[in-house]
Amino acid sequence: MTQRRSHQIGTGLFILLGFAALGYLATQTTSLANYRQGPTYALKARFTNVGQLKLRAPVKIAGVRIGSVSDIQLEPDRLEALVTLAIDNRYNQLPDDSAAAVFTSGLLGDQYVALKPGGSPDMFKNGDEIILTQSSMQLEELIGKYLVGSGDSPAKKPAESESATQEGKTP
Amino acid sequence: MSRKPGGGFIGDGLAQIGALGLFLLSVLAAVPRSLRYFAETVRQIFFVGAMSLVIIMTCGLFIGLVLGLQLYEVLSRFGSTASVGTVVAIALYRELGPVVTALLFAGRAGTSITAEIGLMRATDQLAAMEMMAVDPMAYVVAPRFLAGVIAMPLLASIFNALAIFGSHLVAVTWLGLDNGTFWSNMTGAVDVWTDVMNGVWKSAVFGAVVTLVATFQGYSTAPTSEGVAYATTRTVVYSSILTLAIDFLMTAFLM
Amino acid sequence: MSAVSTSSKDALVRIRGLRTRLGGKVIFDGVDLDIPRGGITAVMGPSGTGKTTLLRHITGQLQPDAGEIVVDGRNLAQLDRNGLFELRERIGYLFQNSALLTDFSVFENVAFPLRQHARLPEELIRNIVLPKLQAVGLRGAAELMPAELSGGMARRVALARAIVRDPMLLIYDEPFVGLDPIALNQVLKLIRVLNQTLGLTSIVVAHELSAVSRVADHIYLLAAGKVAAHGGPDELVRGDTDWTRQFFGGEADGPVPFHYPARDYASDLGFAKERA
Repeated sequence: MTQRRSHQIGTGLFILLGFAALGYLATQTTSLANYRQGPTYALKARFTNVGQLKLRAPVKIAGVRIGSVSDIQLEPDRLEALVTLAIDNRYNQLPDDSAAAVFTSGLLGDQYVALKPGGSPDMFKNGDEIILTQSSMQLEELIGKYLVGSGDSPAKKPAESESATQEGKTP
Repeated sequence: MSRKPGGGFIGDGLAQIGALGLFLLSVLAAVPRSLRYFAETVRQIFFVGAMSLVIIMTCGLFIGLVLGLQLYEVLSRFGSTASVGTVVAIALYRELGPVVTALLFAGRAGTSITAEIGLMRATDQLAAMEMMAVDPMAYVVAPRFLAGVIAMPLLASIFNALAIFGSHLVAVTWLGLDNGTFWSNMTGAVDVWTDVMNGVWKSAVFGAVVTLVATFQGYSTAPTSEGVAYATTRTVVYSSILTLAIDFLMTAFLM
Repeated sequence: MSAVSTSSKDALVRIRGLRTRLGGKVIFDGVDLDIPRGGITAVMGPSGTGKTTLLRHITGQLQPDAGEIVVDGRNLAQLDRNGLFELRERIGYLFQNSALLTDFSVFENVAFPLRQHARLPEELIRNIVLPKLQAVGLRGAAELMPAELSGGMARRVALARAIVRDPMLLIYDEPFVGLDPIALNQVLKLIRVLNQTLGLTSIVVAHELSAVSRVADHIYLLAAGKVAAHGGPDELVRGDTDWTRQFFGGEADGPVPFHYPARDYASDLGFAKERA
């Protein structure tokens, strides 16, 4: 029957559309999208504090994503965080004096690793370490500094800034 | 404690739930037999799924537009408009997509299932099938139930996709949020299993709930035009309540 | 009155001592009934005497409280669901309101029983369905939808569907209700012709005496849960019991009272007749 047939075609189209939508949502709007990358090469970077940096957090230059965080470990002897970055092979022209920093997108957003390109003629190769790093800016520290700097309490060392924050909140 | 027959709000409610549970069992028992009539299931997916696309897509788009607008406004108070995409996606995948789609589905497909089966009852079509040695549970009820279970997750996914598109339209195209920020924040925070697939399971359950209530109301309706009208109303009321109650239970205990 | 004894050996449907209560109301209280093979048997009776209930018993949709129903040598009480379905495949049933499936065209409605029970090639289905539609005179309407048919046409389509699998027994539930005289004559002719040409047994449930007497070989009159009378049409019309007089003579009052049971009229109106 032609009617029966058109129902079958309609059902087929509907199911295709539904799965296309589901596939799109599952692969393009979730963390799976971050897996979708070609061959990468590894760079290492040491940070004294990575803050809320998570696995698969983006690595960006000038706001453009070029890779992701593939590993975060504590280095036992130096007690620093050793972060491994997986950089897309397309971006293999990074000067080897570039600097890495852990930034926060927006005030409360997720953290990411930003690379600031240097001027060296030599480029990073697989397994190289980024020497120049800047650790995560802790919101608490920032607030503490701000309160200490503009408030009437005497200056305190950064190590005490957290308690300073709490003091500062209670007038 | 003795219940007068037909009296008592709680007693009636329990009796309804019990009858619905028994009906569920007989539907499940009829599902294997209904595989013989697979073409009928395909036809029903067309009617409950493809025919619901217009309302689902339109509502999805508007929900996305509204979410984008509201969240951009609210989140800009905290300077975190970058999270618009994330919040929209998580809210949609985990709750809004499955629930709103289920409510729309109850109104669009559930009512037509009830009215259709109710009329089949009223015009002896179900009895005629019995007489032609065709089991109406396997030929009429189970295909609609299966179609609901299959179609709902797809409808919810389409709804979600349109809503994401809508929120992107407002937040990025209209209000000027950075396109890369919108997506990278979303992809950074949304998980395939705990967010997207959870919503898919939920909507499959909601599809089962709505079509179960709809077929039950149609099947057990009084064979008169008033009976069909009341049954249609009850389908919307009961399936909406059941959907939201089961949503709470699933969220609280399973996810 | 001798019809039962002579034909009981050759009865397609044999009912003995049927007792049924539905919702606390006694429907049948000891009904004995035989449907002879190859004939047209009419079951008549005032509204509410359980004519349709009797049909539901014969098709196994409803189990009696007591009594025996044997259809084609098989006792319905001993059949399981599959056995009942097998039996029903050999029974054609014409519903009062035709009960055509609204989603399907006329052709598909008639083809429905075929498609559900066997995988037949499309060509063969056409070759089975079209002659049946031709027999009821609606081959030209094959592609119409049920909503486009008049009541008489819908009933003829339902009849084509009922005979599409060449049943042994064809049951007509109120086939004459709501038909104009032309459609009524068409249906009457069909009942007669089909019964002769297909060699089947027919049961007609109706209460239009004039129509029934033109087609039936044998009439059972049910009343008050029992067989009130039975015999050939002429025999019954001339019969001299209260029931036959009221039913066939069309008297308003008789064993079937004109008044629904009520309290005393005068006291209902407030005229207390006797103040004791």
